[in-house]
Amino acid sequence: MRKWLTQPDFIVERDVARCIGCRVCVRQCANAVHSYDDEDGTILSESDACVGCHRCATLCPTGAIAVKRAPLEFRDNANWTARAIRNVYKQAEGGGVLLAAMGNDQPFPIYWDRMLLNAAQVTNPSIDPLREPMELTTHLGRTPDRVEIEPRPGGGVRLKTRLGPQLKLDIPVMFSAMSYGSISLNASIALARAARAAGTYANTGEGGLHRSIHPYADNMIVQVASGRFGVDADYLNRGAAVEIKIGQGAKPGIGGHLPGEKVDAEVSLTRMIPEGTDALSPAPHHDIYSIEDLKQLVFAIKESTRYEKPVFVKIAAVHNVAAIASGCVHAGADGVVIDGFRGGTGAAPQAIRDHVGIPIELALAAVDTRLREEGIRNHASIIVAGGFRSSADIVKAVAIGADAVYVATAALVAMGCHLCQKCHTGRCNWGIATQDPVLTKRLNPDVAIRRLTNLLRGWSHEIKEMLGGMGINAIESLRGNREHLRGLGLTSGELQALGIKHAGVGA
Amino acid sequence: MSVRESNTVEIDARGLDHRVLNERVRAALEKDVPEIVLRNVCGQRYIGAGLTNDAAITIHGVPGNDLACFMTGPRVSVHGNAQDGAGNTMSAGSIAVHGHAGDVLAYSMRGGRVLVRDRAGYRAGIHMKAYGDLSPVVVVGGTVRDYAGEYMAGGTLVVLGIGRSRDEPLAGDFLGTGMHGGDIYLRGSVFDWQLGREVGRVPIDDAAWEWLMALNREFARVFGIADLRFDREEFTHLKPVSHRPYGRIYVH
Repeated sequence: MRKWLTQPDFIVERDVARCIGCRVCVRQCANAVHSYDDEDGTILSESDACVGCHRCATLCPTGAIAVKRAPLEFRDNANWTARAIRNVYKQAEGGGVLLAAMGNDQPFPIYWDRMLLNAAQVTNPSIDPLREPMELTTHLGRTPDRVEIEPRPGGGVRLKTRLGPQLKLDIPVMFSAMSYGSISLNASIALARAARAAGTYANTGEGGLHRSIHPYADNMIVQVASGRFGVDADYLNRGAAVEIKIGQGAKPGIGGHLPGEKVDAEVSLTRMIPEGTDALSPAPHHDIYSIEDLKQLVFAIKESTRYEKPVFVKIAAVHNVAAIASGCVHAGADGVVIDGFRGGTGAAPQAIRDHVGIPIELALAAVDTRLREEGIRNHASIIVAGGFRSSADIVKAVAIGADAVYVATAALVAMGCHLCQKCHTGRCNWGIATQDPVLTKRLNPDVAIRRLTNLLRGWSHEIKEMLGGMGINAIESLRGNREHLRGLGLTSGELQALGIKHAGVGA
Repeated sequence: MSVRESNTVEIDARGLDHRVLNERVRAALEKDVPEIVLRNVCGQRYIGAGLTNDAAITIHGVPGNDLACFMTGPRVSVHGNAQDGAGNTMSAGSIAVHGHAGDVLAYSMRGGRVLVRDRAGYRAGIHMKAYGDLSPVVVVGGTVRDYAGEYMAGGTLVVLGIGRSRDEPLAGDFLGTGMHGGDIYLRGSVFDWQLGREVGRVPIDDAAWEWLMALNREFARVFGIADLRFDREEFTHLKPVSHRPYGRIYVH
């Protein structure tokens, strides 16, 4: 129904000459944009409810549907943009917090696009990864300050130093935390199975570990957040690693909130909370008010898992991120996960999603530098997240100093997400961010797994090509090697924060 | 470690690091010892962390923070005071503290029982949650401080106020703030300004009263308190006014 003053974001146009009246669009749109008029046998499209997810246009067998930006333009005004005006309308009508989903969509600088990679020429020959070995294997976890070896009985030597628990990745890319509840079970299963197939890891988020994912638990990182949903001794011990979530890039400083209508029987079972109750994950952990308290939770988990699982701490990229990350490492974290302000979410207040936090590029550079300066870089791995789109972004992150990258939005897009940013409505037409059984069955896990593994395979080839081009044959050799990056069009302040030189400046 | 009787293992915790102490406890449990007695415990954290065995663990001394965190099974009794975070995210089993407990008692606890003979600190029973047959129960014999039952999503928090002086409040401020499930029973009265906005006062029906009295008898038995009698009129019963306290604050 039309709300006073608000106008549609999109208009849906139907080419009547092409439309065969099959009504696929009517059945596919959970937002009820398309309807069939029984009396005169016509299909009507009400643009108001269109979110721009392209489901109808993609599935229309005759290509009769076009979704366009609504042509109704406001008078040009650099301050009062259409978005700003519409937001005021919405709040004036509803009187609430503007809710949004996915990552920050505002035109802040994307530093990945202002950094360029190096390549070897003449003096340092490049390597062809198709014919020569190229190592992408990555280990995550604490490494010792020094290693001792001892003679092996019967000759030779062996490692005397006992190494802590580590994760082994075939590609330095993992699927970041997405809870079952925020996404469908089919999507969760697809991520877990794709992680297994690709030799990497997926993350439960704060959604618990559904029994159908138990067989893939060796490839799951289990998350412990302030609500402790789904967390018990069994959960901690099933996962490959445990991640304590302190903050999330899309909404630093605030908690999670899965609305009661999404807590159906299965979600209730997995989170171990009553059906239909809001799953409130408070902003702080109520037992953590300091680095010392964080250390207590890190070790409570290590004790509960007999020191057999690496424990990561996830924080949002905020202004003082380097000192906070250092605190996490001092608290015993085997890995620090930094989530930049472009990281996605199933739901967050728009004001926070778009205005809180800092870019992951700058946060990563600050954290890596700080840990190296303190001489504790080897105590923990750095895993970065927040809007990574391509293999080039990943290679650049490794060159700044990341051990691995977490992707979530890219994984959702691989499964069919069209970034309509309406996850919080629970009406995802692509069957990803919904619990509606009619919608969830649209996502075939077998197809989704193939698409996810295809994406990682493609990236893997590309990463190898880029490494080979630089004359490097192992991802380890690129880690923190900022000489392989140059900035383009960046201020001296930005170059300093990133710890890189400007393009054109030699070694 | 010494085997005193065939089914009891005693461990002298003096000078032991928490990691060593917990490994010794686990080693005993792996031999299916039904009872473990820890002597001279002095601040060692995480005792009983993540244990899933069915056994009795008796602690003499003061266990450190996060006692029985993530625990799913054992029965722990503490002859001394407990510190912060006892019963953190515990799923089954029990803790009986013959003394006081610190802050954040039973945080996010999902099942089992925690009985504290004397007082508990701030944030007792915070974010407890019930699920299916699991419903955590926390009884504090004395008083609790601010934020008791905050964010509670299920389970029961009972505060008996035994032996408190006339000017010692039964509970602090922000009682049940953000609560969206479960019950709080307080023996005594609290002012309206102490309550979170998300809770309201409700009567105690017969079934609840019977259950509460059975619980109190258990409490009296565990701590050897004779003649513990209460009147229904003495109690305040708090329940959340909604299981969706923040369902209406958003616009899309």
